[in-house]
Amino acid sequence: MSERQIQLEVLRYNPETDSEPRFQTYSVPCLNEWVVLDALNYVKDNLDPTVSYRWSCHMAVCGSCGMMVNGEPKLACKAFIHEYGDQIRVEPLANFPIERDLVTVVDDFIGKLASVKPYLIPKEDKPVSAGEYKQSPVELKTFKQYTLCINCMLCYAACPQYGLVPEFIGPAAISLAHRYNQDSRDGGREQRQEVIASHDGVWECSFVGACSEVCPKHVDPASALQQVKVASTIDWYKEHLMPWMKK
Amino acid sequence: MSRKPYIREMSKTNWFFSQPRYTRYMAREVTCIFILAYTILLIFALKNLADGPEAYAGFLEALNSPLGILFNLAALVGAVYHSTSWFNVTPQAMPIQRGEEFVPGNIIVGAHYGGWALISLIVLFLGV
Amino acid sequence: MTVAKSNKPIVWGPFAAGGTITAFVTPVLVLLTLFAALGFVPSLLTYENLHAFAANWLGKLVIFGIILLSLWHAAHRLRVTLHDFGIRADTWVAIAVYFIASLGTVATLFYLLRIS
Ligand code: SF4
Ligand code: FES
Repeated sequence: MSERQIQLEVLRYNPETDSEPRFQTYSVPCLNEWVVLDALNYVKDNLDPTVSYRWSCHMAVCGSCGMMVNGEPKLACKAFIHEYGDQIRVEPLANFPIERDLVTVVDDFIGKLASVKPYLIPKEDKPVSAGEYKQSPVELKTFKQYTLCINCMLCYAACPQYGLVPEFIGPAAISLAHRYNQDSRDGGREQRQEVIASHDGVWECSFVGACSEVCPKHVDPASALQQVKVASTIDWYKEHLMPWMKK
Repeated sequence: MSRKPYIREMSKTNWFFSQPRYTRYMAREVTCIFILAYTILLIFALKNLADGPEAYAGFLEALNSPLGILFNLAALVGAVYHSTSWFNVTPQAMPIQRGEEFVPGNIIVGAHYGGWALISLIVLFLGV
Repeated sequence: MTVAKSNKPIVWGPFAAGGTITAFVTPVLVLLTLFAALGFVPSLLTYENLHAFAANWLGKLVIFGIILLSLWHAAHRLRVTLHDFGIRADTWVAIAVYFIASLGTVATLFYLLRIS
């Protein structure tokens, strides 16, 4: 097994003592098959136990280890050392406030996620005895890719419009709203439109497309947002030019 | 333990130089200036066409100048960049589902490029 | 949370339609005017032919459609672009760009109707 000495630059910030973040460099003996998260764990276990960062699954499913690796939003557990040079710089996810070291404040995203009602709102309530809500494979395929989101927020870190206009509801939350809107069993679209068809909703998006480029689960949020724009535009014209079409 | 979140501000006026993908995005957006200027040229041509043969001849004469050539070259670059960047994202803007599968993106993009070539050839064939 | 739905769709519809139209036709139109600028006036751009084309109602419709959609596409994207460049007076920018587009639309109609 080949080993390589990596200079790991970590952005440090201690809210109790620091007025602003600074970089601290650790020299880490890395195995070639390691990911950046392994290097951080090595630092924490052997060099400096005070470094703070979030992680849990180490297999790209929990979505908690998002950080900037050499300026690019990445899951630290999916960023392989062998894809980088001898110097690797890690920073907390861009566009989020820094709580401490690599830990960010994510309340904004969590609030927005909840605001789009990301759960099934059945068209009509039926008693359990009436049986299940059926769905065909074709109907499932329509939204399946949007169910793969792990809420890692890499798309928010990549999105310049979110960085510039923090009120923007953003890629993952709107994609998830779209996921439920597209679900054949769902009847909650009108309620979600109130949030996502608002000014701070999908209309802050200018289709930069960065979200889809960085998404580790190939959710393609940019595509979801474009579809929401098209649907909201059709809604608008129907509502205002053909009022008799309204149910 | 006290909280004191640190906020990193994004520059409002030169953020698009911070990453190549942002710069590419801005290049795409800036094509609108070429499209706008060229459309205004078309309206201007229409005005001269309505004003009669002398006015229109004057318009063609004014166009036949280094500035006219430069303007059209710039508009050509802007317009072609707009077309390619627009067609390249069509699978994202209008995914097409056929049964259980989505039509592959390169087929959608390819169809747009094909249509673009066809329209251009027809206009050239009829117009030149 | 109840917020008003945005009225952006009014301008986004023409923006998207215009983006598609210009993507298909603007490059080849520029090529034609480029030939004219180089001194080789294409047959379509001679006074007689272009006048005949614009005198026909179908020709008028084609010209109006292309100019209208290109104009509103470019105007709306310019609004977004100015915002991206850091100009945050969005309301004023919107008024200005849509005013230019409206002016262009009216002028186009006016000139087209004068050609018969
Ligand atoms: S859409 Fe992709 S990048 Fe965004 S939170 Fe979900 S998984 Fe992460
Ligand atoms: S640790 Fe779970 S996604 Fe990386």
